[in-house]
Amino acid sequence: MTNVLAIAQKELRSYFASPIAYIIIGFFALLFGFMYTSILDWFIRQGMQMSMMGMGPRNMNVNQQMIRPLFLNVSVLLLFILPFLTARSYAEEKRTGTVELLLTSPLTDLQIVMGKFAGAMALFGVLMAITALHIGLLFFFGTPEWRALLAGYLGIVLFGGCIVAIGLFISSLTQNQIIAGVATFAVILMLWVVDWLAESVGPRTGDVLRYLSMTAHLDDFVKGVVDTKHIVYYLSVIGFGLFLTVRSIDAERWRG
Amino acid sequence: MIEVDHLTKRYGPVTAVSDVSFTVNKGEILGFLGPNGAGKTTTMRVLTGYMPATEGRCVVAGYDVFEHPIEAKRRIGYLPETPPLYSDMTVREYLHFVAKIKGVPARDRARRVNDVMERTWVADMANRACGKLSKGYKQRVGLAQALIHNPEVLVLDEPTAGLDPKQIIETRRLIKELAGDHTIILSTHILPEVSQTCQRVVIINRGKVVAVDTPENLTRRLRGSETMYVQVDAARADDARPVIERIPGVVRVAAGDAPGAFEVESEAGRDIRRELARAIVQSGLDLLELRPLRMSLEEIFLSLTTEERGEEERPAEVVQ
Repeated sequence: MTNVLAIAQKELRSYFASPIAYIIIGFFALLFGFMYTSILDWFIRQGMQMSMMGMGPRNMNVNQQMIRPLFLNVSVLLLFILPFLTARSYAEEKRTGTVELLLTSPLTDLQIVMGKFAGAMALFGVLMAITALHIGLLFFFGTPEWRALLAGYLGIVLFGGCIVAIGLFISSLTQNQIIAGVATFAVILMLWVVDWLAESVGPRTGDVLRYLSMTAHLDDFVKGVVDTKHIVYYLSVIGFGLFLTVRSIDAERWRG
Repeated sequence: MIEVDHLTKRYGPVTAVSDVSFTVNKGEILGFLGPNGAGKTTTMRVLTGYMPATEGRCVVAGYDVFEHPIEAKRRIGYLPETPPLYSDMTVREYLHFVAKIKGVPARDRARRVNDVMERTWVADMANRACGKLSKGYKQRVGLAQALIHNPEVLVLDEPTAGLDPKQIIETRRLIKELAGDHTIILSTHILPEVSQTCQRVVIINRGKVVAVDTPENLTRRLRGSETMYVQVDAARADDARPVIERIPGVVRVAAGDAPGAFEVESEAGRDIRRELARAIVQSGLDLLELRPLRMSLEEIFLSLTTEERGEEERPAEVVQ
């Protein structure tokens, strides 16, 4: 555990020692702030229209009409941002030769992978804290349902975990950060849109494609529904991604 | 302390190291000598558990590197060919991190970090980012990193590469100091380094061990035939050659580097100094100089790694 923490701490430090963390956090805050403002604006205008039509703002639901679209927007932001967070994690170690230090230290492959995962998730946690700051403001002016909100966060964290796990695996395959970033982005985007064909490939394959889609599983969470089916899906993807990363490090060893 | 047993490493069809065996005793410094691409780094990487062997095994401090990697790695300090530094960490942060993953207990870490920084003369750069250091400092931080957990075994891949002459001398002195408490294996392609620091030498070429011995023995053993350097007065140099050639036991006479100088090769094990001196003086020539020519390690190295190329089948001379 100490070893995992040591690696995680090192990862987090290296994000902040380079401009990467600041760029990612900065642009995420900017884009999220913009989305927040525009959705809030739409929500307020909608509310005013409703009350003018005599239906009253009571019928407006902050969770469904404000937080849910916001979370879906966050998931799009993560698709763009997280692949670049994980791109360097192994690629850079391999390029500079520091991987030799890690692999000749008394660490297991799993500890190294878990440390890197935890490090990336910690930075992801900073991004989530920024969103929480914004969403927290809503409590001053309205009464969002906090349990539904937590369900949404659970979904987003699992969703982000998937991207990080897959990103780590892809990063472990190359020395080149750009290749790692682009490949991760492509794979995640593929998992995003994979159910578009679901209607036309027959019922059984269609179900498989729908099940594979990363976003389809997110929607229930942001609606405030925690369904074990979706938790199992996300945890499987995370577990599988990390497992592949461990195997990939080991394979790299044999290849030399 | 270190036992390398019939180690073979293949990368696909390429055999990088083939049937290498040697042992290093506790407290000893073993030099690993060979031209670039001979398999030094590969051997060291297998030894440190960075990659597994295709065949054979390595035992470090009683632990098989492949069977018990964690235990073995705890006891090894390794300086790879390129020092594995995180360029955005400061030297102190970096050494703290390494101490942590090498299992140095939390309460000892600060002391160990200061200790190794003193020993490797990097304390003045403690708060500088590793990426901003000069090559020499990087190398020494790499060495500091290998020492941080006070390992029983040190594996140093070209520890003096990139250092300036003063630093090279200091580093060699440090390595010698470390022997005794630590068992050291260091690779190099610089020959004087081996004769100055190592008690035993493994010469490796094209993945095979060519010789294992002390630097002195290697020098002696390679003098299969003895060579004398003789210089007579240059005025009558031409007369000297037939005189020397007539001496019993002389195999070959070659012109030396100065007028009147000769390199006289005699049969192995035969000391012809007396006959040589007597013959020259008796024939009325003026003898200016007479001394045995010792082969430097450099020549040994060259002769070992070039001569044996034609006779691949000959088994490597392995001293166990």
